[in-house]
Amino acid sequence: MPRDSGEGAGARWRSPASHAFGQHIGLILAAAILLVAIIIFSVMFVIQQHRLPGNFEITSTVNNTMPLALAAIGQTIVVLTRGIDLSVGGVIDLTNALAAILLRPNLGNQLAVSVIIILIGAAGGLINGLLVGLGRLQPIVVTLATLSIYQGLAIRVLPQPGGAVPPGYTGFLVNPNAPTALVFLLIAIVLWLGLRRTRLGVDIFAIGADEQAAIALGVRTVRTKIIAYTLAGALYAIAGLFLAATATAGDATTGDSYTLTSIVAIVLGGVSFFGGRGSAIGAIAGAFIITMIVNILFFAKINPLYQAFYEGLFLVIAVVLGALIGRLVRARR
Amino acid sequence: MSERAAAAATGVAAVAARTLNKTFGGVQALRAASFAAHAGEVHALVGENGAGKSTLIKILGGRFPPDSGTILLDGEPVRFSGPADATRRGIGTVFQELTLLPWLTVAENLLFGREPRGAGGLIRRASLATDAEAVLARLGISHIDPRAQVAEISLSERQIVEIARVVTKKPRILFLDEPTSSLVEREVAWLFERIRELRALGTAIVFTSHRWNEITSIADRITIYRNGSEVGTFTEIEEGEAITLMTGRRVDALYPKLPLLSAGAKDMLALTEATIPGLATPIGQPASDLSFHLRAGEILGIGGLAGQGHRELFLGLFGAPPLARGKIAVGGKPLRIHRPSHAINAGLGIALVPEDRKTEGLLLPLSVRYNLTLPILRRISRVGVIRAPTEGRMSREIITALGVRTPSAAQRVGALSGGNQQKVLVGRWLLAESRILLLYDVTRGVDVATRHEIYDLIMRLAGEERAILLYSSDTEELAHLCHRVLVLRDGRVAAELVPPVLTAEAIVSASMRQARAA
Repeated sequence: MPRDSGEGAGARWRSPASHAFGQHIGLILAAAILLVAIIIFSVMFVIQQHRLPGNFEITSTVNNTMPLALAAIGQTIVVLTRGIDLSVGGVIDLTNALAAILLRPNLGNQLAVSVIIILIGAAGGLINGLLVGLGRLQPIVVTLATLSIYQGLAIRVLPQPGGAVPPGYTGFLVNPNAPTALVFLLIAIVLWLGLRRTRLGVDIFAIGADEQAAIALGVRTVRTKIIAYTLAGALYAIAGLFLAATATAGDATTGDSYTLTSIVAIVLGGVSFFGGRGSAIGAIAGAFIITMIVNILFFAKINPLYQAFYEGLFLVIAVVLGALIGRLVRARR
Repeated sequence: MSERAAAAATGVAAVAARTLNKTFGGVQALRAASFAAHAGEVHALVGENGAGKSTLIKILGGRFPPDSGTILLDGEPVRFSGPADATRRGIGTVFQELTLLPWLTVAENLLFGREPRGAGGLIRRASLATDAEAVLARLGISHIDPRAQVAEISLSERQIVEIARVVTKKPRILFLDEPTSSLVEREVAWLFERIRELRALGTAIVFTSHRWNEITSIADRITIYRNGSEVGTFTEIEEGEAITLMTGRRVDALYPKLPLLSAGAKDMLALTEATIPGLATPIGQPASDLSFHLRAGEILGIGGLAGQGHRELFLGLFGAPPLARGKIAVGGKPLRIHRPSHAINAGLGIALVPEDRKTEGLLLPLSVRYNLTLPILRRISRVGVIRAPTEGRMSREIITALGVRTPSAAQRVGALSGGNQQKVLVGRWLLAESRILLLYDVTRGVDVATRHEIYDLIMRLAGEERAILLYSSDTEELAHLCHRVLVLRDGRVAAELVPPVLTAEAIVSASMRQARAA
């Protein structure tokens, strides 16, 4: 076609690298914030401990972050479809409680119980998905209701904190001596990158970008949403298992905070609440940022009573800075 | 044409509709509607907005099923389970509402559903862009970057990507619902070339358009729709007769007479040495500078090819976002416009009727009344509470004055036809008593009858000594509706045309000559 302008075609195109930068700006910002948090933490650590953070610090940071990172990946998948999942806390409560009472020291039991618990989490997500997808109900209302239901079930399963997680199970998931849990994150990232290259992955992004357009393009939106919520539920269950492994016991309320922190993590990780934009890798970075903020507060000797206040303050600063930088970068292009 | 039409009339239709009915929330969009298109013909579907053209195309494209009636492919009755099913049966549809996904790249959109696959059936993201570039190149498109996000490219580029996505699948039956509404003439020429290629391959092509010259230049047959049913199918028909059939009434002269411009009319809007933001400046040339004066009662047209800064100029004068450089004077007084509220409240009031009325202008789920009075709420409020009777009276007055066809002021704007939505937008600024109106492609996608009402409205507004800056993608319209036309090129005025040289041909040649010279 004759072109509108006299310039050469190549001249008007930006380089692939420039496109990649613009299209992954959220992820790049999350990585930058994480880097800054790590540097601040390391400086404080060196000042107080007169050495660099070592194996112990890295291991405990990774192990503490695992449940949140997994929950945030699940939340990302749902938010990409322009939904939201508040039932995270309930599913983690329930699966955490079940793990504490069902796990036994033998390997066969651990394998079977893990699979069953992941399936229970998936079932919880499936219920959300059916109500949102088939029922065409608002995700926020559906998952708020199921949050309470799953929390109630968790209390029924484990009325008092207790139970026990076999040390072997803990050692496998969250090895206290080395950050081997990173392997699981690596697997999660590889699976995520694979998902992005499947029909399902493309459809999830399509629904979030423009549901009507997706329907016109032949995307099976109901089915895709159901799968998205189910996948998310399974991921929350895995988060519940990691949480149980870290705590070596169960507590039917320990997962509650993950509803909000998973949302904060994906916001920090550059996932758009309007759907269709974002990455699980960003969400993982967001989860680590939250852990680092907690670590920094610990070394700043903040009274634990005020910890929530400072956590909130740092989050606001991080989000505002992120948005400002993102806007600046976009304005300059 | 007649030979092809004759052949078409005898064979079995590639796609046909029999007695289709479809109702949306009490409004009957199709009533016993029929239609038939044959292989190897270009079939124009014309009618007013709301005549049922888009509904018919959506049903035949598998977007949704009819309430009753039969769809036939090659004489066989079929039922589509969804758009994907229709695609499998060789039907390609370019819907009026574009179906591109904004946060995906051009390449991802273009190859959606048939991405290149690699090991393990996974999509080869690395080769998406190069594959897409090849697809675009085969269709003769070299100016759209496959790596850009759809959100970054212009409306006409999106339309071209949408067309390319469907055309490249070589459908047996191709539906194009208003494919040209956001295209400029050379892009329309490109599209028609593709249509002729497909026709030669035996594709049945059905398209809708409100531009009569396009219809006569490419259609083998024309089917006219009115009020949800077929009025008739013709191989030859005069425009006047067609309009009469479409509207059920006679429409007089196509363009109204321009109000006389008094010699001493005072300056309402002056722009000096403005720079259009974000416009690529050829290396070695100074930044674009753009100056003009707009006088009371004047209709000043802005013409030229797409992407030469029209959109940015209109948005800039409205402060959304502001122009990069330059001075704006309203009624002789210098003024800084950094955001729309500055423009709206400027001495004489500047109002913008934007290109994309659905996302930039109207709040579709809300009522006509709400949409009309939004900018003047402060004026019609007492101690912060809106005086409902005043609001109701003012909106009813505007609805009557502009002839907005709506059951009541409480009707959802989204339920009105495109032309009536446009009237609500204009009406809003009349209520706000804006004296300077920036009208950006206000007749795009508006049917013939409503278009005439909008022309009359523009003349009336100019007659009331308002100053009007008008952009239109329809060059004929620019030539006939304006006292003066500035042809833009690279964000600067390339030519100023006044009668008697103010013709569509002159506008086109001024834009083209400049494009070649660069």
